[in-house]
Amino acid sequence: MLKTTYLTAVAGLCVATVATAEVPKLTVLTYDSFTTEWGPGPAIEAAFEETCACDLEFVGAGDGAALLARLQLEGLRTEADIVLGLDTNLTAAARETGLFAPHGIEAELTLPLGWTDTEFLPYDWSYFAFVGNEGAEAPTSLQALADSDIKIVIQDPRSSTPGLGLLLWVKDVYGDDAPQFWADLADNIITVTPGWSEAYGLFIDGEADAVLSYTTSPAYHLIAEDDASKVAWAFDDGHYMQVEVAGKVAGTNVPEIADQFLAFMVSDGFQSIIPTTNWMYPAATPADGLPEGFDTLVVPELSLLKTPEDALAIRDEALAEWREALSQ
Amino acid sequence: MARSPVAIISRTPANLAGALVLALTLGTLIAVAIRAEVGTGLSAADWAAIQFTMSQALVSALVSVLLAIPVARALARRSFWGRGALITLLGAPFILPVIVAVLGLLAVFGRGGILNDAFGSIGLPEVSIYGFHGVVLAHVFFNLPLATRFLLQGWLAIPAERFRLAASLNAPVGRLLEWPMLRAVVPGTFLVIFLICLTSFAVALTLGGGPKATTVELAIFQAIRFDFDLGRAALLACVQFVICAIAAVVAWKVTAVDGFGAGLDRVVQRWDGSKVWDFTWITAAALFLIVPLSMVVIKGIPGLFDLPPSVFAAAIRSIGVALVSAILCVGMALALALHGGRMVAIIGVLPLAASGLVVGTGLFLIVFPFVRPSDLALPVTALVNATLALPFALRSLSPAIDSVVADYGRLADQLGLTGWTRLRLLILPRIRRPMGFALGLAAALSMGDLGVIALFADQSGATLPLAMYRLMGAYQLEAAAGAGLLLVALSLLLFWICDRGGRVNADV
Repeated sequence: MLKTTYLTAVAGLCVATVATAEVPKLTVLTYDSFTTEWGPGPAIEAAFEETCACDLEFVGAGDGAALLARLQLEGLRTEADIVLGLDTNLTAAARETGLFAPHGIEAELTLPLGWTDTEFLPYDWSYFAFVGNEGAEAPTSLQALADSDIKIVIQDPRSSTPGLGLLLWVKDVYGDDAPQFWADLADNIITVTPGWSEAYGLFIDGEADAVLSYTTSPAYHLIAEDDASKVAWAFDDGHYMQVEVAGKVAGTNVPEIADQFLAFMVSDGFQSIIPTTNWMYPAATPADGLPEGFDTLVVPELSLLKTPEDALAIRDEALAEWREALSQ
Repeated sequence: MARSPVAIISRTPANLAGALVLALTLGTLIAVAIRAEVGTGLSAADWAAIQFTMSQALVSALVSVLLAIPVARALARRSFWGRGALITLLGAPFILPVIVAVLGLLAVFGRGGILNDAFGSIGLPEVSIYGFHGVVLAHVFFNLPLATRFLLQGWLAIPAERFRLAASLNAPVGRLLEWPMLRAVVPGTFLVIFLICLTSFAVALTLGGGPKATTVELAIFQAIRFDFDLGRAALLACVQFVICAIAAVVAWKVTAVDGFGAGLDRVVQRWDGSKVWDFTWITAAALFLIVPLSMVVIKGIPGLFDLPPSVFAAAIRSIGVALVSAILCVGMALALALHGGRMVAIIGVLPLAASGLVVGTGLFLIVFPFVRPSDLALPVTALVNATLALPFALRSLSPAIDSVVADYGRLADQLGLTGWTRLRLLILPRIRRPMGFALGLAAALSMGDLGVIALFADQSGATLPLAMYRLMGAYQLEAAAGAGLLLVALSLLLFWICDRGGRVNADV
């Protein structure tokens, strides 16, 4: 008697296993902080799985640049169906891999700039900005910062996406005069860190007066910590944008679900999760608007962004200028 | 001269261990090189990086070893309350995750640190830690304790009887006993620290203050991540191995083998030296190491109580990896040390010169066609960590085994002790202390390592250091500091248990 029950139970388990295995799986390769319990990953996974009859799996791989390197290493054999988390400074190199298919989505985006890329679709964005303490001296332009005695921490453009963003920001504003600007800024830079986390940690610890981050960073402190002491500085030069995008891998074996995911990505179900988990602006503002607190953020008057191809083309020259000027 | 243990103990484990080290260091490099397309060769910036890397590593190693000599000697000849605890604490900086240690150092030496606060209050100008001296300071912070431990072992290996004899003859201890010991131990210690500093990346960049502090490891990072130029990455990794080879040859040339013979394992009693100077050295070193560590503790306590459950899961995973990795490491070190010889010496330093990123990328390329990398994250991490800790374990075990063989090998031969029995009855009991140290060090190093896991793990397979970095990346700085403290505490606990285990029933 007992034995029979046991066997039936085992048989039941086997059937159950087979049943779950038949649910198609969508693999999304993304950066680490997207998938953590504080990131958007868990909520998005739950929301999408309610609608798709599929199993959504996030695979985290370092930061945005690590993501691209991972994809380049995996090449055609990649198991990823969607790659989510590249920014426009990386998409030209990503496009060159030939791994991506057109996204085919027409969505009403609320980016400050028009969007025409047919392979990569944005899901969030923000402006790079220096974040300092409320009440302290706040310069109003890149040059004013360079001329001041304010001490800042920046990230290395070779190992971090904000670092690369600043490089392109300066190149965009100064063009051929960029080396002179870096020379002027050199005495303000306490140090250069490998990634965003180290730099932000140094700033919070009081080691620096300001740190290169995003205009949306103060929203975290305001909303999650009820702390209004961190402010982003608005610069007259305009602010370079970071637009984070996702793309569909051409070789995916679940193309319909991948398409469904991209459509979901620019819908309210996904977009309303972004502001208070990724601390960025949603690419398509949800019907309910932005969370309370986002209205206090500085909004630059001028948005700067190079096309992916231009960004890739000037990267090496801008990097050489940066290294040269800061190695003096 | 005693017969080498080779004939008496099987060679197979040593060959396996050697093959594994070669596969993980040179094998992964070849895997990266094969996958490379057109390489661009080394740029002027790469050469500058090589130059900076060499000079900071040389100065860091030199300062670490020079300072370690008086500290180790003071610790060797004085006994005082808390000496054991201090020696355990000496292991701490070395096993700290880089970012935790850097934040601890900055809390003392940074712009808003204790030192500048003190200087400010008495009207002295601010001192900046950023620059070449900052890199050296951080590397000395990491490696002075390690150098001290290695040298201390050298001192403790001189039998007490020799000191008694020297004292009763009124003979100069320094020239007769300590100088030959230092000639045997210092070059190897210098080499290990030089190689550790050679592959430094985040410390050098963060405290170096900018791109002039670019190391070869950062250039490799750039080649892989920024340019996806695997050929250049492989070339730079080769440069690291060449520097390693040159340094190793130089170190071996100046190493002299000591021959103190066997003692009766009595506690060393010393009559020489100035007590005042010894305690000055001990106090200075302890302050230099303990103050930044205390800052890590102070910063970490508030975050410790609201750590998310995932961090504890990661901690358990880390402990598992650390234990497996430590046993693997010491097993491999034992096999290699029993084998002995030049080849083993080469294998013993090779992992130090390996670039973490190249090892990880190479392994990824090897594994990826066959299995999902995330399925192998923990085993691969344990294996790689065991290999990376191997040089330290070997450095600790090799001299101990050599002297056991030299002192008791002939007796054991006459008694017909061979194979497993020889290992169990003669060698293992006599190398308990270095073996405990090696196990502890390997476990602790594995706890704090962030190298390979970052390339392999997905969100459910994170180890504690990775979980800590992810907390930082999600603005959770307080929780990250708490996780950092947990990491330090667990690493030290593992280290202490193993190290203590090696010293149970021992007199010292």
